[in-house]
Amino acid sequence: MKRKFKQFTEKLIEGLLLISGSLTSITVLLIVIFLFKEGLGLFTTSPMENKNVIVVNKLNPVEHLTAGQIKKIFDQEITNWKDLGGKNDTILLFTINDLSNYFSEEEIGENFEYLPEKLNSIVDSIPNLLAVYTDKYLVKELKGKIVKVDKNNIPDFILGREWFPTAEPAVQLGVLPLILGTLLVSIFAILFALPIGIATSIYMAEVANERVRKILKPIIELLAGIPSVVYGFFGLIVIVPLIHDTFNLPVGETALAGSIVLAIMALPTIITVSEDAIRNTPRSMKEASLALGANRWQTIHRVVLPYSMSGITAAAILGIGRAIGETMAVLMVTGNAAVMPHSLLQPVRTIPATIAAELGEAPQGGVHYQALFALGCILFILTLLINIWVEYVSSKQKFKK
Amino acid sequence: MKKLIVFAVAICFSTVMSAQKIVIKGSDTVLPLSQKEAETYMKKNAGKSVTVVGGGSGVGISALLDNSTDIAMSSRKIKMDERMKLQDAGRAFKEVIIANDALSVIVNPTNKVGKLTREQLEGIFTGKIKNWKEVGGDDMQIIVYSRETSSGTYEFFKEHVMNRKNYASSVLNMPATGAIIQSVSQTKGAIGYVGLAYMNKEVKDIAVSYDKGKTYVNASVEAARNKTYPIVRPLYYYYPTSKEASVKTFIDYVLSPEGQEIVNKVGYISLK
Repeated sequence: MKRKFKQFTEKLIEGLLLISGSLTSITVLLIVIFLFKEGLGLFTTSPMENKNVIVVNKLNPVEHLTAGQIKKIFDQEITNWKDLGGKNDTILLFTINDLSNYFSEEEIGENFEYLPEKLNSIVDSIPNLLAVYTDKYLVKELKGKIVKVDKNNIPDFILGREWFPTAEPAVQLGVLPLILGTLLVSIFAILFALPIGIATSIYMAEVANERVRKILKPIIELLAGIPSVVYGFFGLIVIVPLIHDTFNLPVGETALAGSIVLAIMALPTIITVSEDAIRNTPRSMKEASLALGANRWQTIHRVVLPYSMSGITAAAILGIGRAIGETMAVLMVTGNAAVMPHSLLQPVRTIPATIAAELGEAPQGGVHYQALFALGCILFILTLLINIWVEYVSSKQKFKK
Repeated sequence: MKKLIVFAVAICFSTVMSAQKIVIKGSDTVLPLSQKEAETYMKKNAGKSVTVVGGGSGVGISALLDNSTDIAMSSRKIKMDERMKLQDAGRAFKEVIIANDALSVIVNPTNKVGKLTREQLEGIFTGKIKNWKEVGGDDMQIIVYSRETSSGTYEFFKEHVMNRKNYASSVLNMPATGAIIQSVSQTKGAIGYVGLAYMNKEVKDIAVSYDKGKTYVNASVEAARNKTYPIVRPLYYYYPTSKEASVKTFIDYVLSPEGQEIVNKVGYISLK
């Protein structure tokens, strides 16, 4: 009886482990599918918000507009139809918000029942009009003409240089500045963190005595436990003014500030992983080196470091992964201007910061919302590549053994 | 038997509780005000519960659409397309203005420039004006700070000051009002905008003219109340007509002299 019960519990635990394992994998898979489903949806939609259409007078020769042109028209940088290949006439803009300038509430009807007809008449009567309204209010016998707008496409999305996700009526989705900003900040963070991190791990693994190590180790682990908002706040109050004064810049919120904060945040990862790698050097190899007459520094330089090189590389890549995904601290110190980065001493905007700052207000299912998910996809692909790289580097290490 | 009575009481109690529970969701600008109002309201009316949740004006209004809030708070007027969505869903709603908020334009205290016209502000925020010497200051690059695109303040400033033109892409977007003040106070060429309630001595506010430079007015509670200061926005509550009975007492409290006293205390401008 007792044995049977024991067998049963064992089977039960086995089953539970299996379930939790498969649940985790399924959850991760579902999240990835969800991310890409939402993100790729972007490329089947038009940059026009809320199913808006652009309607012009029938006699207007303009057939086709790009999202960039629409933004320029609404910013009043293009004010004449002839700049768009039309007649020499000023562009008169009309959106649904201008409705009250043309009609009274009674004319539209309490439930907007007369609105489509009114919109149709206004398009018909004003020759230089550019009207933007929802396709729901199009009537069957349209007296105007719908201007075609290109759909969002992948090359424009990745290579575009303008990020105006809330521009009305057509959004501008170019993420090149965001991708470059993310890479710039992360790569420089690693360049700052790597020398310090490796030096610390060599010191802890090879030089420091046991007592010092016992103090240092928990302190470094504590560094990993500080919330990233605190790092961000520290960066904003201390590092940003410091950069501002040191380089005599007009503005202190720069990529450099982000890199420094991220470097501090990536240190624990780099130190812990590379210290483990260094400690894994077989004692026999070190002793052989010492027995041949090499001193401690020669041993570290010629034996320990080459042996643990792939572990250190893995540490560096993991650090980059940590830096690329970091959100809050970067959001607070880099200034978040979506411009093409030319130097470290200039504000940049990163992908995670953009998602965090904008997702709260993006209408669900809209173009902006999908664009943020597409940004999430790009971030996912970046970190996936980094993880594959880590696997590759670590597997090389095993082979050597 | 005893258990049954306890059970019945529990059910009655929970239905009573749910009947008097109000959820308010929306703008982070209105959030501190609603929170304070809710606190004092609950202190005075035992047994009533008001829950206040932030997230942004758009979040509040879309919550109205999927029926997950009783009141939506908003720092901007409901947009035409949002109105149409509510219309389509068959949800009649009502609008109440509960307070006003003024936006101050702020610069670094060392900056010589003390007044700007609306046109100059538009030029600065759209990136047409890049140096302080173009508006009568020192030869110094202008660093523009703005709130994130998700903020109601961002939209309001775009609509009322920038004539609905887009911000320049070189504008620095800060995640919070506190961060704008911090950055403007430590950056010489900086300009930004914050709610009047957030103004402090570390930054200098700019007198603004909306009549092409004839009269300049500094932001203050009095100037905002008598409408001489132009950059003022109303703060709104939106609620479904079907829920009027349950939210009415709370909204009446907010509009009462006592509730409006709280408006002034939180740093916004009371209606009267």
